Amino acid sequence: MDNIGVIISLILILGGLVTLLIRSLQAREVDRRIIFLFIFLAVAAPILFPMTFKEKATQVVKSVFDKIENLPEGSTVLLSFDFDPAMAPEVQPMANAISRHCFEKGHKIIFMSLWATGQALLSHSLSEFILPGFPEKENLVDYVSIGYKAGNEGVLNVIITDIQKMFPTDVNSVPLDSIPIFDNIESCKDLDFIMSIGGGKPGPKEWVLFVGDPGDVPVGVGVAAVVAPQMYPYYPGQIVGILGGVKGAAEYESELIRVHPRFAEMDTPGLRMMGPQTLAHVVIMAFIVIGNVVFFRGRRREKKE
Amino acid sequence: MKKTTYLLMAVISALFVLSWILKAGSLSGETDNYVIQGFLITFSAFLTLSVLSFLYADNPLYKFAEHLFVGVSAAFWMCMGFWTTIVQNLIPRLSDGLSSFFEVPPQPGDYNFFFFIPVILGILLLMRLSPKGGWISRWPLAFIIGTTAGLNFVRYLRSDFIKQISNTFVPLLGTEWQGIGHFFSNLDLSASGQLVTMAANWVIFLGVFCGLIYFYFSKEHKGAFGAASKVGIWVLMLTFGASFGYTVMGRISLLVGRITFLFRDWLEIIS
Repeated sequence: MDNIGVIISLILILGGLVTLLIRSLQAREVDRRIIFLFIFLAVAAPILFPMTFKEKATQVVKSVFDKIENLPEGSTVLLSFDFDPAMAPEVQPMANAISRHCFEKGHKIIFMSLWATGQALLSHSLSEFILPGFPEKENLVDYVSIGYKAGNEGVLNVIITDIQKMFPTDVNSVPLDSIPIFDNIESCKDLDFIMSIGGGKPGPKEWVLFVGDPGDVPVGVGVAAVVAPQMYPYYPGQIVGILGGVKGAAEYESELIRVHPRFAEMDTPGLRMMGPQTLAHVVIMAFIVIGNVVFFRGRRREKKE
Repeated sequence: MKKTTYLLMAVISALFVLSWILKAGSLSGETDNYVIQGFLITFSAFLTLSVLSFLYADNPLYKFAEHLFVGVSAAFWMCMGFWTTIVQNLIPRLSDGLSSFFEVPPQPGDYNFFFFIPVILGILLLMRLSPKGGWISRWPLAFIIGTTAGLNFVRYLRSDFIKQISNTFVPLLGTEWQGIGHFFSNLDLSASGQLVTMAANWVIFLGVFCGLIYFYFSKEHKGAFGAASKVGIWVLMLTFGASFGYTVMGRISLLVGRITFLFRDWLEIIS
């Protein structure tokens, strides 16, 4: 059924694109709303009839994966959810995948957020996606959420030397000095790895500037696609690796499944979203080709006249 | 308003109520608050469709969704600012009485007279609302800009300037160069191989060098200098292209998120 749906969708989209090319070559105008309709179809069809593609982790993603994979069991990893609901479809899949990977390897996780909206998303992620796969994990022993604190870069400026000064308690008002995870953790410098997931300000870039570089702490980033090109100059000198947009999430999920096959049964939204991504990109490229064909044909005709 | 507008509004309202009833009905066995949950999901779907309707043409439904979003965002951030900054960060350091009033744990060890300075600066910032005393708000603003610039200067200088220059000094033959014979006898075409590393390092070196030449305007861009400048433009264009590609990917991801919500949470046609 899914295959038939995919084939019908592809025929519809392809047929439509050819019709548009013919119309354009006949110098008939194409309404911009037709383009929107095509993008909608290209995105909706693979959601209705799932299309999956094989992903292979690129070096920039694999570096983050290998870092977490090779940390000794019991290492402490800080995951910062620096995003809001608008960014969530892009970065939530990578946040979930990384959390699962850390739990699978037996690392202790400190969750936090530099965004007020991140705390609610963090709680939702933990209860709906991450913890159901790890019922044995215990709050305050295997993981802790210290939540959100206002202050943007100011927060980072403090926790680089003293976490408890900024976060005296966790989200449930449990004093940090009574939480076993913090027995050997005084500041960010004592952490084994920091992963910031976001795309705005404060976010991954601020973690590099205010914690990673001055504290010499390994930092990895998972960012919204729009921000990814701005992070590349920091790789590999100042950051361990980059997960850029949903493609980065899909690559991470595929690597996670390859190394830990039990995750194949879990939800992999990153991989799922690559179907609509691919088809939408093909349609956009087709429109670019159509536009160029029409432009150069028109220019040649003008020269002849 | 035209008669057709009224008719359209009535149809949309009827569809909204119908969707709400159906959604609440489908949720009735799953949750206790099925009426509220049904309303929230239907309203979310209605707002999503209202925003997307702008792609067809500007219309009152889009305007309603836009204004609601701006209003709710402003209110949300104001409340968050008050409760997370003033109540959680400031009040526990100022007084026991206020801490117990707002039910936040006091931090007696952190009591400090200097925390009154941000209170005063905050009040001065609000003077912007006064028609005559508006100029006073420039003082706290100057303080904010000055401290931010001072705090960030060192960080940016280290991470975005010195370290970036250091990152550009890459070994053009790779870090494991042991002679040309060794290179060809151990030729590795993988992404982490020496050949790819060498190529990547050359791209960084030439990209930065030619990009800088493009922005050097004290000499006419002619001959070899002009050719390097042209390479610089290509490097810039490729960078902008990559940024654009990533931006498209980001926007499509958001659309996927919204369509998934409509199909899964609202219409329940996918699992």
